[in-house]
Amino acid sequence: MSVIPEDLEPLVEKAVSKPVDTPLRRFVSDYTENSIAVLGFIVIVVITVLAILAPWIAPTNPYDLATVSIMDSRLAPGEQMMSGMTAYLGTDGSGRDMVSAMLYGLRISLSVGAGSGVIALAIGVIVGLVAAYFGGRTDAVIMRIVDMQLSFPAILVALVLLVTLGKGIDKTIIALVVVQWAYYARTIRATALVERQKEYIESAVCLALSKNRIMLRHLLPNCMAPIIVVGTMQVASAISLEATLSFLGLGMPETEPSLGRLIANGFEYIMSGRYWISIYPGIALLVTIVSINLVGDRLRDVLNPRLQR
Amino acid sequence: MTVFIIRRLLQAALVVLMMSFVVFAGVFLVGDPVDILVADDADQAEREQVIREMGLDKPFIVQYGIFLKNGLNGDLGESFVFDEPAVGLILERMPATIELATVSLLIAVVLGIPLGVWAGLKPEAWSSRAIITGSIFGFSLPTFWVGIMMILLFAVILGWLPSTGRGDVGYVLGIPTSLVSWKGFSHIVLPAVNLALFNLALVIRLARAGAREVMHQDYIKFARAKGLSQSRIVLIHVMKNIMIPVVTVLGLEFGGLLAFSVVTETVFAWPGMGKLLIDSINLLDRPVIVAYLMIIVLLFVVINLVVDVLYSVLDPRVRLQDVKA
Repeated sequence: MSVIPEDLEPLVEKAVSKPVDTPLRRFVSDYTENSIAVLGFIVIVVITVLAILAPWIAPTNPYDLATVSIMDSRLAPGEQMMSGMTAYLGTDGSGRDMVSAMLYGLRISLSVGAGSGVIALAIGVIVGLVAAYFGGRTDAVIMRIVDMQLSFPAILVALVLLVTLGKGIDKTIIALVVVQWAYYARTIRATALVERQKEYIESAVCLALSKNRIMLRHLLPNCMAPIIVVGTMQVASAISLEATLSFLGLGMPETEPSLGRLIANGFEYIMSGRYWISIYPGIALLVTIVSINLVGDRLRDVLNPRLQR
Repeated sequence: MTVFIIRRLLQAALVVLMMSFVVFAGVFLVGDPVDILVADDADQAEREQVIREMGLDKPFIVQYGIFLKNGLNGDLGESFVFDEPAVGLILERMPATIELATVSLLIAVVLGIPLGVWAGLKPEAWSSRAIITGSIFGFSLPTFWVGIMMILLFAVILGWLPSTGRGDVGYVLGIPTSLVSWKGFSHIVLPAVNLALFNLALVIRLARAGAREVMHQDYIKFARAKGLSQSRIVLIHVMKNIMIPVVTVLGLEFGGLLAFSVVTETVFAWPGMGKLLIDSINLLDRPVIVAYLMIIVLLFVVINLVVDVLYSVLDPRVRLQDVKA
């Protein structure tokens, strides 16, 4: 402390004794101002934990054909199954306990949504950064492709892909990645174009750092905020899209039912009033999508530099 | 204006050509149609005969050329299932889909603009908050799930409206439509509302954002200073300026509606092209799938073109920019 002139000492002390204002803490306190967004976040955590732990906490294994009995089919919620177990949310058309089927379905829906989101993000980020950094013809070509893809609705592109690829978890993820990467690429390009004009990039270029280093270590970290927001929203729409595709009979195969497929299975019983087969997986899907959107909405407000206080 | 339209037409033609290549490559190269067409116990000679008949032994580029040439003549192959030209099958179903999409677009505009403008003019009122919260749900709920819930509520529990099919179809100027009789109309209500929800939410958002922005402009202040009534300001000055983004987005969304009608048509068993596509996918009827995709691409390009031209009529700045560039 001896280096600092005496009259500055109180100021320095004030700065040192107030470590409260780190970016992370400011972010957390901003975020928690909205209680609904906090609730959304808690719900997502609970759902994720349930999905991860599904094989251990589900009352039965819905994929184990030895224990699933057709005698148990279409039981109303609360009725007893052959094994003596109570099916709290009823059973579906092939005698699977709905609670177990939903836990496993949630697991598939979430992993497809998150998995495709992460891969699409990685591709989109690289493509978008390259477009923004190099500009000129590279940028024009990449953005023309992005524009062309975005002029077609996501569901149509996914339909075409799944028709040609067939069913399966890997194919569903491929289709969702193809649908999503363009959104990420467009978002990151827009942000990176602004960041690219700033002095710190100019100085990095003057230091003759490699292009990869400038893009990944200097440009990318400063483009994170919009990526996080778009990423959150995209995961929700990927889950929704996967459910829609599975409902149409594409996407996930019958042997590994996601929430969308469970809803589709129940759809044929809706007319006869056996509502539970469709309704409960639907509610699970809904709660998941709405909570993710709530969190995304709040993140957008908190991370938006224009609204920063 | 002419330069602008010619330039857009050339762009559109290029997009159609590129998409035809993508669709052709995707559907014809990834899967082998011979496996579906030939019986499982066919021997090699029979297989080769089918391959020759279908022209599948030719190089890819030649096959694509033949596909293009036939496509330009309106021939995209015959359905394996119906033994009819695929284009004809789709065109037959198209009026039903367009009717559904048009009705739901009308619902979105007629309900969405007043609700959105209201929410924009009175942002603090509880009714505005309710409208905005509702629009969030419109965005995030999956269409098929809302459709199922509508069937459960209005068809199964309340029994007010029918949930499947198209009902009585009357003819207006030779075009089949459900809108001429009450029975037909009752069939279109549920699917149209279901299909409209997303766009309703979108229009509400756009109209609200537009109203909030426009109200602070100088020309609105000037109109007030001139002593114009509030209703005249809102109905003429605000509306006119909100319409530009609404027209653009809705124009673009009309294509999205046609695509998304695949889901609604499947839920409500509405006999349109979307249901035909899903049926064809389940039956592996490739020519119909290809024809559907090409027709949808064409529709999309035409819609984008019309929106661009309309936009340049509504907002001359766009046109000037484009010609200069």
